Amino acid sequence: MANDTLAALVEWAPALLVGLGQNVLISLTAIAAGSAAGLFIGALNFSPLRPLARLWVQVFRNAPWLVLIYFTTYVFPFEVHLFGRYLAFPDWLKVTLGLALPASANVAEILRGAVGSIPATQWEAARSMAFSRAQVFTQVILPQCFTRMLPPWMNLYAIITMGTALASLVGVHDVIDTAQIASNTVNRIPFTVLIYFSLLALFFAWCFPISRLTQRLERRYAFH
Amino acid sequence: MPSTDTPLVRLRDVHLAFGATPVLKGIDLTVGKGQAVSIIGPSGSGKSTILRCLTGLLKPQRGELTVAGTAVHQLHGEAAHRPLRQRVGFVFQQYNLFPHLSVLDNLTVAPRKVLGLPAREAREQALALLAKVRMQHKAAAFPGELSGGQQQRVAIARALAMRPELILFDEVTSALDPEMVGEVLNVIGELTEEGMTCVLVTHEMRFAEGISDQVYFTEHGVIVEHGSAEQLFNHPGEARTQAFLQHALGQPGRRRIPDTYVLRNLSPYHLSV
Ligand SMILES: Nc1ncnc2c1ncn2[C@@H]1O[C@H](COP(=O)(O)OP(=O)(O)O)[C@@H](O)[C@H]1O
Ligand SMILES: [Mg+2]
Repeated sequence: MANDTLAALVEWAPALLVGLGQNVLISLTAIAAGSAAGLFIGALNFSPLRPLARLWVQVFRNAPWLVLIYFTTYVFPFEVHLFGRYLAFPDWLKVTLGLALPASANVAEILRGAVGSIPATQWEAARSMAFSRAQVFTQVILPQCFTRMLPPWMNLYAIITMGTALASLVGVHDVIDTAQIASNTVNRIPFTVLIYFSLLALFFAWCFPISRLTQRLERRYAFH
Repeated sequence: MPSTDTPLVRLRDVHLAFGATPVLKGIDLTVGKGQAVSIIGPSGSGKSTILRCLTGLLKPQRGELTVAGTAVHQLHGEAAHRPLRQRVGFVFQQYNLFPHLSVLDNLTVAPRKVLGLPAREAREQALALLAKVRMQHKAAAFPGELSGGQQQRVAIARALAMRPELILFDEVTSALDPEMVGEVLNVIGELTEEGMTCVLVTHEMRFAEGISDQVYFTEHGVIVEHGSAEQLFNHPGEARTQAFLQHALGQPGRRRIPDTYVLRNLSPYHLSV
C-alpha cells in the first residue's frame, strides 16, 4: 500500500518537475521584466514625471495579485497582431505579466528606498566636486544603491516564486496543476496527501536557500 | 580672471535664514589669493553655513559673494554652479569619501568625469597626490578599511585632484582620534606653505594661530572680530573673543596638539600661546 503510493509518486515525478519548470520560467521572466520596468519607473521618481511613478506604484502595490492575473489573462487577447503577423500570447505569458506588474511597483519602491538611504553627505560631497545631477546619480548614488537593493530584491523574487502558484487558477499547466491532475488520476487519499507534501517540499527547496542568502547579505551590508 | 590684488573670496553683508531662524546676520569676509584664513567660534555660530554658501551648496537670502571671480549670489540652478565648484575644493568633517570606490578611484572619478582628464593622466596625478599626503601605499584600499586620519588625508588629496584655486576645510580634524589630528594638520600646513588659498573652520586654536594670515571669530551668525592671528589670539579687542579664547585655550587638561604635529617655517613665537 505505502509502496504503491511511493511508486505512483515516482511515476508522476517527471511530470511534476516539468510543471515546476513552468513555474521557474514564469518567476524568472516576471522578475526580469518587473525589474527592468521597476528601475525605469523608480528612476522617474527623480524626474518631473514623479507623480506618474507614484501612481503606478500605488496602483500595482495595492492590487491583489490574483486580481491582476485574472485581469491580464481575460482582458488581453490570446494573440496579437504585430507587423502583419499574428503572434501567440499564451496564458503563461499573461500570468507572467500579471506578476511583473506588482513586481515593477515593488522594485521601484526598493530603488526609491535605497536612494533615500544614501546619506545626504554623499550628495553634498558629489555636488561640491562639480558633478552634474546625472553624474551624481550614475557615479555616486546608484552604485551604492545596488548592494542595498539586493536583499529586498531577492526577497521579492522569493515572493514571486510563491505567487507563481496562482498560475494554475487560470489554466496554466504548472506544478500545482500537474499535482491536481495526478491527485485526480490516482484518486487515493494517501497519494493526495503525499503529493501536496511534495509540493511544499519543492517550494521550500526553491525558496529557502534564497531567503538564507538574503539574510546573509543583509547581515553583511549592515556593517557598511 | 581676477587680478592679483582683488581678493579671491569676498562676502558682503551676507544674510541667511533657515525658515524663520536667522543663521547668518550680515557676514563680511575677505580672503586674498594665497592666504590662509581661519574661522573660529562656538559651534552653531554659522561657520559651516558660511563655507557652504561659498560654493552655492546653500543660498543666502541677501548679500554679495564673489569667489574666484564668480558672483555666486547671481548663480541660479545646480548646473550654473559647476564651473565654480571645479575651482573650489571642499573637505568635510566626516571625510565623505565614496565608499564604493577605491582610494585611487575616489581621486580619479571627478577629474575624469568633470574635467575630462584622460584615465592615465588622472591616475598618475592621483598617485602623485597620494604620495603627497603619504597615502600612496593605500591606493588600492577602500575607504572603509582606513583609519579616520587616513580617510581625511585621502579626502584632501581628492579635493586637490580637481586642481582647485581655493580649498575649504570644515572642521576636518574634529571627528578624529587625538593621535591622528597631527598627520592631517601637517598636510594642511604644507598646503598653506605652498601658497594654496585656504579657508579653515577649526577648533585647533594653536594650529589656526600658526598658519593663518587672518582669523575671524564668529558668534551667533555675526563676525565679532577679525584680524591677524597675532592680533586676534594675543590682543583680542572684544570681551566675547577673550571669553571664547580663554575657554578654548585656557582650560586645564585640554588636549595638546600631538607631538607628531611639526610645522616647519614657524617662528617659536607662533607656537607659544
Ligand atoms: N539645513 C539646516 N536646516 C536648519 N537649520 C540648520 C541647517 N544647517 C544648520 N542649521 C542651523 O544653523 C546654525 C548654524 O549651523 P552651522 O553653520 O552648522 O554652525 P557651525 O558650523 O558654526 O557649528 C545652527 O544653529 C544649526 O542648527
Ligand atoms: Mg560646523
